[in-house]
Amino acid sequence: MSTGILGVPGLGAPADTEWETVVGLEVHAELATETKLFSASPNRFGGEPNTHIDPVSLGLPGSLPVLNQKAVELAVRVGLALDCRIQRSVFARKNYFYPDMPKDFQISQYDEPINTDGWLELPSGKRIGIERAHLEEDTGKTVHIGGGGRIHEAGYSLVDYNRAGVPLIEIVSRPELRSASEARQYVAELRAILVAVGASDGKMEEGSLRVDCNVSVRPRGSDRLGARCEIKNVNSLRSLGRAIEYEARRQIDLLSSGQPVEQQTRHWNEDDGRTHALRSKEQDYDYRYFPEPDLLPLDPSAKWVEQIRRGLPALPRDRRLRLAEAAPSVDAGHIALAVECSLDELALAAMSGGAVPERVLTHVVHNLAGGPGQLAAEALADLVQMEEAGELTATQAKKVLAVLVDEGGTPRQAARELGFEAMDAGELEALVDGLIAENPDEWSRWCGGEAKLAGFFVGRAMKATGGRADGKAVTLLLNARRSCESGSA
Amino acid sequence: MGQQRITRAECAHVAALARLELTDEELERFAAQLDELLDHVAEVEALDVEGLAPTMHALPIANVLRPDVPGEVLDRDEVMAAAPLAEDGQFRVPPVLGEAP
Repeated sequence: MSTGILGVPGLGAPADTEWETVVGLEVHAELATETKLFSASPNRFGGEPNTHIDPVSLGLPGSLPVLNQKAVELAVRVGLALDCRIQRSVFARKNYFYPDMPKDFQISQYDEPINTDGWLELPSGKRIGIERAHLEEDTGKTVHIGGGGRIHEAGYSLVDYNRAGVPLIEIVSRPELRSASEARQYVAELRAILVAVGASDGKMEEGSLRVDCNVSVRPRGSDRLGARCEIKNVNSLRSLGRAIEYEARRQIDLLSSGQPVEQQTRHWNEDDGRTHALRSKEQDYDYRYFPEPDLLPLDPSAKWVEQIRRGLPALPRDRRLRLAEAAPSVDAGHIALAVECSLDELALAAMSGGAVPERVLTHVVHNLAGGPGQLAAEALADLVQMEEAGELTATQAKKVLAVLVDEGGTPRQAARELGFEAMDAGELEALVDGLIAENPDEWSRWCGGEAKLAGFFVGRAMKATGGRADGKAVTLLLNARRSCESGSA
Repeated sequence: MGQQRITRAECAHVAALARLELTDEELERFAAQLDELLDHVAEVEALDVEGLAPTMHALPIANVLRPDVPGEVLDRDEVMAAAPLAEDGQFRVPPVLGEAP
């Protein structure tokens, strides 16, 4: 077996053309409410342990849940954005014993979820079916404290219930993703939608967006699903891709050597780049769902749903289309990135002021990664026009932009303060003539057809002026001098 | 009584899921009682419900919602004082091994 790029057998090997990877994803997103799903404790990341707790989040006897209206509204927004059917739903108890849920059950939606049967469109245009998107409560956090280094001391766990009861939406895709790359695109697009509709901050690193993936493989051309494994503990888009690639390869290797794939839950280990089976006993769950007697059915009226629909902002897909229409010659990747960074409005505003789309998008994608800061659309438009007019070189424009982001103001003023006054024609001519006189050998070779020496002269001009010279203007002058010389020769 | 539909083993499985420890005698007794419950379910199942909307809840109302406004939280020291074991403002529990279900 070959050793792949990650030092793991098989990994990094080319995709096996005889096998097809099938992926379905379950994405949990914490909803951006002020309070928890069933009680009035704050829903806030971080904070001292057990400071966002109340009788309901602790499951104290006699406490009763009351549903948060905002959480329902956000769930409906997600459902609408994914073109789901919004329907009457009921909450259910999912029973299990684990200290992250002090009630010994989690309130979730089971056979009657609020949103069913939608779809999400990948940037490629491929539609992925959404089976359901339901409401449920998050669990507390447990931390294992080791047993002092001695093997026979099992240690103990500490539990923080700040997160217990935080509203979640669980979005379940149909098994219609066909590669690690599609799975990553799906999560990136879903995250963009969740952020756009204000349902979630989408931060994977803070755990407000979590992904479990169901992976199986089958012979290419087959329409039957193979035995699948559920992969947990995937904490970034990068590990999502790696975990799926590893797991698909593992299953292909098993099947290719005549062994079956056992349906099981596996844990992704970021450090060794592998998935590991959990002990099978722990997987033998039987949640004994039943309708939650302490909550009433949820049945958003058509009027309310319509009101929420009217309040929905433009979705990333529509925003990409709009930006691509305004900047038809710009690469689709740059368009997508601008929308992902929520810089599309700024770009559109700058372009409506007449700025060249390519230059605007170049700045947006390459120089505004940290956000637009104090930069006004008008200033961006002016900056691009100064560049276009040859008043600023690309290097200078980048420096001016950094000032505009930090301090605001106009590009003309910022350029003046940075000493980027454009060189006047006379100054530039003197510079170029000087360079020709100083480098007669290079000059004659360039005139003789050694085209790459143009770069030599432009470089010298830049160096001599500390970047003030406009490379294009220098090239134009060089060309003019050469044709003069050949004309007079 | 006809053939028992809930076996002793099923009764033991359900008891284990609920973390109940039952004696042999209790397993027999509760298996028989659970079996009788199925008789009752069979009676309900036999009813003609054609044209009746399913009942999701005993109360005929829906959409009981509260506004998303923060309220009081519990005092952590008070809560921890009531816990069997606490450490650093957290509940201390026996070691949790493996994943959450």
